[in-house]
Amino acid sequence: MRAILVLEDGTVFEGESLGAPGHACGEVVFNTGMTGYQEILTDPSYAGQIVTLTYPLVGNYGINADDFESCRVQVEGFIVREAADVPSNWRALQSLHQFLKERQVVGIKGVDTRALTRRLRVRGVMMGTISTEETPEQALARLRTLPGYEGIDFARRVTTEAPYRWVPGARAPIPVGEQEDVPRSPDVRFRVALIDCGVKYNILRNLAALGCETTVYPCTVSAAEILRDNPDGVMLSPGPGDPSQLGYVVDTVRRLVGHKPIMGVCLGNQIVGYAFGARTYKLKFGHRGSNHPVKDLETGRVYITSQNHGYAVDPDGLRDGMEVAHINLNDGTVEGLQHRELPIFTIQYHPEASPGPTDSRYFFSKFVQNMERARR
Amino acid sequence: MPRDTTIQKVLLIGSGPIVIGQAAEFDYAGAQACRALREEGISVVLINSNPATIMTDTEMADRVYIEPLNVEFAERVIARERPDGLLPTLGGQTGLNLATQLSDAGILEKYNVRLLGTPLSAIRQAEDREAFRELMRQIGEPVPESWIVTEEWQLEEPAGAGIWPLIVRPAYTLGGTGGGVAHNPDELYEIARKGLALSMRHQVMVERYLVGWKEIEYEVMRDANDTAITVCNMENLDPMGVHTGDSIVVAPSQTLSDKEYQMLRTASLKIIRALGIEGGCNVQLALDPHSFAYYVIEVNPRVSRSSALASKATGYPIARVSAKIATGLHLDEIENAVTRKTLACFEPALDYCVVKIPRWPFDKFVLADRRISTQMKATGEVMAIDRSFEAALMKAIRSLEVGVYGLSNKTVPQMSDIQLEEAIRVPNDERLWAIAEGFRRGMMLEEIHALSNIDPWFLRKLQHLVSLETRLKLNGKAIARMAARLLQDTRESATPATENTGTEHHLIARLLREAKQAGFSDRTIAEFAEVPELQIRALRKRLEIVPIYKMVDTCAAEFEAATPYYYSCYDREDE
Repeated sequence: MRAILVLEDGTVFEGESLGAPGHACGEVVFNTGMTGYQEILTDPSYAGQIVTLTYPLVGNYGINADDFESCRVQVEGFIVREAADVPSNWRALQSLHQFLKERQVVGIKGVDTRALTRRLRVRGVMMGTISTEETPEQALARLRTLPGYEGIDFARRVTTEAPYRWVPGARAPIPVGEQEDVPRSPDVRFRVALIDCGVKYNILRNLAALGCETTVYPCTVSAAEILRDNPDGVMLSPGPGDPSQLGYVVDTVRRLVGHKPIMGVCLGNQIVGYAFGARTYKLKFGHRGSNHPVKDLETGRVYITSQNHGYAVDPDGLRDGMEVAHINLNDGTVEGLQHRELPIFTIQYHPEASPGPTDSRYFFSKFVQNMERARR
Repeated sequence: MPRDTTIQKVLLIGSGPIVIGQAAEFDYAGAQACRALREEGISVVLINSNPATIMTDTEMADRVYIEPLNVEFAERVIARERPDGLLPTLGGQTGLNLATQLSDAGILEKYNVRLLGTPLSAIRQAEDREAFRELMRQIGEPVPESWIVTEEWQLEEPAGAGIWPLIVRPAYTLGGTGGGVAHNPDELYEIARKGLALSMRHQVMVERYLVGWKEIEYEVMRDANDTAITVCNMENLDPMGVHTGDSIVVAPSQTLSDKEYQMLRTASLKIIRALGIEGGCNVQLALDPHSFAYYVIEVNPRVSRSSALASKATGYPIARVSAKIATGLHLDEIENAVTRKTLACFEPALDYCVVKIPRWPFDKFVLADRRISTQMKATGEVMAIDRSFEAALMKAIRSLEVGVYGLSNKTVPQMSDIQLEEAIRVPNDERLWAIAEGFRRGMMLEEIHALSNIDPWFLRKLQHLVSLETRLKLNGKAIARMAARLLQDTRESATPATENTGTEHHLIARLLREAKQAGFSDRTIAEFAEVPELQIRALRKRLEIVPIYKMVDTCAAEFEAATPYYYSCYDREDE
């Protein structure tokens, strides 16, 4: 079946339908990672976005049962050059096309994704729509009636409805109401409260591997509620959208500062930035991929990181002891913050990887050490 | 750290004569290194016994000595030139060996010459089988289990280890006679007894049998500050059992999920750090196609044949960056020479597929054994880039210059079914064409996979090419008709007049575009249509099916490139 991709600026790409028929609309962004499409499709930080991969051969290893980063597909749409009809990998359960179709996700294949990427690089990210039914003119007309990406509180759309727990040894979340049935694992060394603006399961898996039991709260949770449950530390999750929409989470964080060790990832970095006086701005085409070099300003060591963010912290307003600790080598933007005295640190990239390099996993150990110290 | 300014003059050892496994790629590496060092204001002295190289051109180095690559002559050069440093890791095994000999003979110490880049101790640890296995055990990286057996009772250990299958290799027998694969203790005892009897030294090596496992390579770099990155990973189409120099190789890997890719990447970086290499290094791993199990097979602690391939495949100049690292620079102090905006400290993102095919000299040595295995026989290789695997493969085949323009050659169709199965089962230089012929004769993909152990993903691509070939043959007459009609009168519009010819026109135009995107040459299509090649060329030009050019820019278009190179393809946007 024929499909088209139409961008806000009127550019039209022709291709074939992938996944479900119909139409999809969102901010069109590109990711340069060469592997990890299953993780990308299910990463809540892509809510409201249509993702294109710059690597042309997608779906080679199919979709498996383990590499989900949330319980559903989060992207609005998916754009590839070529999709493998039959996957080849020992864990593969179904093909990319079957999976997208089953989950009602509209995609398009056969697109010159390099041409698309170059357009986004030059003009910046923009809204776009995939359609299997309309003419380009109809699709563009429809696109123009829809709201843009900015100004929407996406965190509230992707956050958990009710709190749940993730315990060491578990493979899936346990609703909090049922916690009485679950024997407390002897492996639990720390209890973490996570404010969910769009968490990836691999953050919970990494915490569990270090003996942390994590309670995941909706992003609207109050500081009082968290302090009442008295966790050892607070984790701020990644998530989609414009951080300036999340004043209520910033407030919660302000009230937690000084009480608990805090670690923030991605959107969590931006929220902590706001809590310490900074603001954020939108990047032209964001950082999305598995190859971004980040410099640790303290050691001078460079790490290759997994990234997915469209906004960056402007360090100018930072106050109350918060400092820039990591910068991006390509464009010098802020990639991490560290408090001079308090056990609070944040990173703009993804220590949980999935997809991408696992070089930065040590941040979870650092968080655990902070919790250990705070206990004494 | 900024560059070490105590280094003013550096001696570079070339790779000497061209031999199998060590050819023009080291000239390429040496020439890159000369430029990289001179950019830093370092005076370069080069010694090489092979004058037929680019690096010995007078403008490459400051001083060039065409002398035998041995200790005696190298000492004379050192005595005369008094260099501050010696860079040993860019001249292949020859350069490395000479540097080791110079160090052992105390000559470097005598003339106060520092070894730059990777320390010799690290090189020894990587190249000595036992020292390497010991290091891998220390850092918890798996190496294939192996036992040396001289007495029958020693078989108890491998027999009880629960590792099957095992391969038994008798020591010092001609062509490995008396060896075999054991799937249980009974077979192990039976084969090993025979092997012990046949071995001159009464010795057999018992090792985990990895044939059929995926062979994956990582090209990694590390600087003195312990920052380490991956330049590229590569997957061998031929599974374990064929030397990587004799394998068809694709970059990046195609059948690995992110979990597998990262698992092996992490292992490779752990190894380069444990060895303490400063510069580039190649890590070869075997991955079980049915689990996350893997083994570290081998490490090349220097710029190698694979690094030259990885450099061209990604645009990342490994030899150049290795030379810069040897002068004390850190990865984040070296410019990415392609983008000129970003730094050498990143991992290239490819937005194309790269295929390498070895070039064997069997056209010159007609009586040679064409079977390939663990000892490299290829004397060269070709590399092709395109947006799809199919097209990259077809381009590479044409680049071999063996008179073959696609997936048919002259010999394979002559084979009986039994001969064909054998040519698919036992790796040899014609296996690719034998597989295509197998599909033509109606063999099932599963059957070919069972015979060859080649991953079904690659086989499916070959099957796709054969099915396209069939469609082209079936439509050969229609293609010829259309060529005749459109080319008869150049003034006639390319849009057809009647509805009937209209449908045919669109179908053929689509088929031709599909065939060109999959890499079929005009020549092959012309054979199927039984028209001259030039007619096909003219026809597709009328249909506006023409190649466009895309960049190799190291970053998948994320940044603007200042000095990229280009490849042709039949995608949409021309850069």
